Amino acid sequence: MIEISHVNKWYGPTFQVLKDCTTSIAKGEVVVVCGPSGSGKSTLIKCVNALEPFQEGQIVLDGIKVNDPKTDLPKLRARVGMVFQHFELFPHLRIIDNLCLAQEKVLGRSHAEAMAKGEKLLKRVGLTVHANKYPAELSGGQQQRVAIARALAMDPIAMLFDEPTSALDPEMISEVLDVMVDLAREGMTMMVVTHEMGFARKVAHRVIFMDTGEIVEDAQKDDFFGSPRSERAQQFLSKILSH
Amino acid sequence: MKYNWNWHIFFEPSPNGTGNYLDMLLSGLVLTIETALLAWIIALVIGTIVGVMRTLPSKTASAIGFCYVEFFRNIPLLVQLFLWFFVLPELLPRSAGLWLKQMPNAPFWTASIGVGLFMSVRVAEQLRAGIGSLPRGQKMAATALGLTTTQAYRYVLLPIAFRVILPPLTSEFLSTIKNTSVAITIGLIELTGQARAMQEFSFQVFEAFTAATVLYLLINLVVVIGMRLLERQVAIPGYISGK
Amino acid sequence: MFSNFDFDVIRRSLPYLFLDGMTFTLTLTALSAVGGLVFGTALALMRLSGFKLLGRIAGLYVDLMRSLPLVLVIFWFYFLVPYIGQWLTGASRPIRVGAFTSSLVTFIMFEAAYFSEIMRAGIQSISKGQPAAASALGLTYSQSMRYIVLPQAFRNMLPVLLTQTIVLFQDTSLVYVLSIPDFLGAASKVAQRDGRLVEMYLFAAAVYFVISSLASYGVRRLQARIAIVR
Repeated sequence: MIEISHVNKWYGPTFQVLKDCTTSIAKGEVVVVCGPSGSGKSTLIKCVNALEPFQEGQIVLDGIKVNDPKTDLPKLRARVGMVFQHFELFPHLRIIDNLCLAQEKVLGRSHAEAMAKGEKLLKRVGLTVHANKYPAELSGGQQQRVAIARALAMDPIAMLFDEPTSALDPEMISEVLDVMVDLAREGMTMMVVTHEMGFARKVAHRVIFMDTGEIVEDAQKDDFFGSPRSERAQQFLSKILSH
Repeated sequence: MKYNWNWHIFFEPSPNGTGNYLDMLLSGLVLTIETALLAWIIALVIGTIVGVMRTLPSKTASAIGFCYVEFFRNIPLLVQLFLWFFVLPELLPRSAGLWLKQMPNAPFWTASIGVGLFMSVRVAEQLRAGIGSLPRGQKMAATALGLTTTQAYRYVLLPIAFRVILPPLTSEFLSTIKNTSVAITIGLIELTGQARAMQEFSFQVFEAFTAATVLYLLINLVVVIGMRLLERQVAIPGYISGK
Repeated sequence: MFSNFDFDVIRRSLPYLFLDGMTFTLTLTALSAVGGLVFGTALALMRLSGFKLLGRIAGLYVDLMRSLPLVLVIFWFYFLVPYIGQWLTGASRPIRVGAFTSSLVTFIMFEAAYFSEIMRAGIQSISKGQPAAASALGLTYSQSMRYIVLPQAFRNMLPVLLTQTIVLFQDTSLVYVLSIPDFLGAASKVAQRDGRLVEMYLFAAAVYFVISSLASYGVRRLQARIAIVR
């Protein structure tokens, strides 16, 4: 489903943020990407739907080359859902309109169709009563659930999560993770940048560990938590699991 | 487009008999600069007083400041100039009114004072915002050291606030220069007025206005460069723009 | 000092002042604000487009307009518009342009520079995550601008845009230099005809003051409301 091969990316002439990153995610697979801040994990996930350009290597999404200038990027992006660290709901639109906008303008669905789909997904994330509110009137956890619903409304073939819980207050993290766990159990293809190792243990198939722009570890979940091979991954795990 | 350009027009003698058209424009330029400088001094002095008044804890002081600002901000500059030039002499006692009307260079003094008062409101508002942006601890610290309110403003608040608002003050000074051209309506033959006169005498519309445009651009350039140098001169190391 | 004050001259000229003069002023203000906003937004988009040449041209235009006094710009366009009209229509000589059209073109072109700076600041104030989220949903650049970025920029900048429109309302009085009967022009005509400068100019000042004060009070209220919503 997602093939990342030998991706290199520089900021400016000298600062390399991604170093020869290669991995792949199969249909229905849930892959967690973790690593210290500045390790390039957020950059990598943004390269997958070309929100960030990269200079070398290639990424193929469902058979389509992301970095091919001939690729219709809006069309490609519409098929991959993305959830951001800071939710990025559109503050000038009501919750339900946040869900409908791209359905209508990108997929060309009728307003009635989009509304029906939107309402169904709001129900699914348990926020039906807030349909007519504005994003700023919701808590962070609620906003992030709306953001997930907004991405699902496009019927994506895969979902990308960029630190979906790191901007949330601790008591709101679980409501968002619950939605993600359900999604994973339904067989959605997911690439998740997160430090939530509980989530990784519960539903991930594989864990990728990145440091200073490199993929240091790419292992089945049980192998990763059982016996991570690299010293850096061991250190990282001991730091975030020790408390 | 059919228009007969004649760039030699500047060196043809002007009908006022004191030189060529270029001399005419340059004398306008000098008058623009003189008027603007006097207006700017007035704007700075009164603007500082009013701006400070609006930040004082005294309700009366800030109310007076507010009324002053509202009065000068909500009447067009052109109308204000008419009030000073045509209306004020009639409202004064006969002898004072007569003295005003017969004053030599009446347009110059009216323009300088009128534009100065108009711009003083902008200076006051900038300064109020500048003082408001300072950490509240500054004033408390000054007072705690035993400084009187006057001393606190004189030695602590104003020196910092003026540095903060130097960039917006630059553009207010530029506005002052531009606004002197409104005085063309009370008979001040400054740069725009001379360009207009040249157009009427010579019929070379676009040469006259092009020359005035170039001269205004030059003034702008000089002011911007001058203010940059000043900003660098007074910058406080490690504070705001003082890198 | 108001002993020989003639209030009747004001009463007599009210229909002329408001039906002719103020109508002209308000129409000119409204149309210039809308036109200036549209053209100004286009300039702002050019500057932020990433096309260097386009951005440079828009930047030069904005800087030029902002460096010149409005009075000079009014003169410029007063003489230039007939030639532009000739060029656009292919006529054989500079076309005749009415006072209203000429001032409308002037104010749209002039205000566009100021509105463009406001819209540019508005667009830049929106976090980069917003357009990123829009394109992650598959919206194209123009869709993202139209549905996500510009509505927010406009809403955030509404108080500033309205304040600029109040400035514009006052600035329209400068068409006086072309002897055009806007509100001030009308007042001045009556003043000179009847020799009643004091009455007419005080009255004009009062009218401008009341309208501008009420409008800026409205803007402050709006600003306070927006501040709560956010």
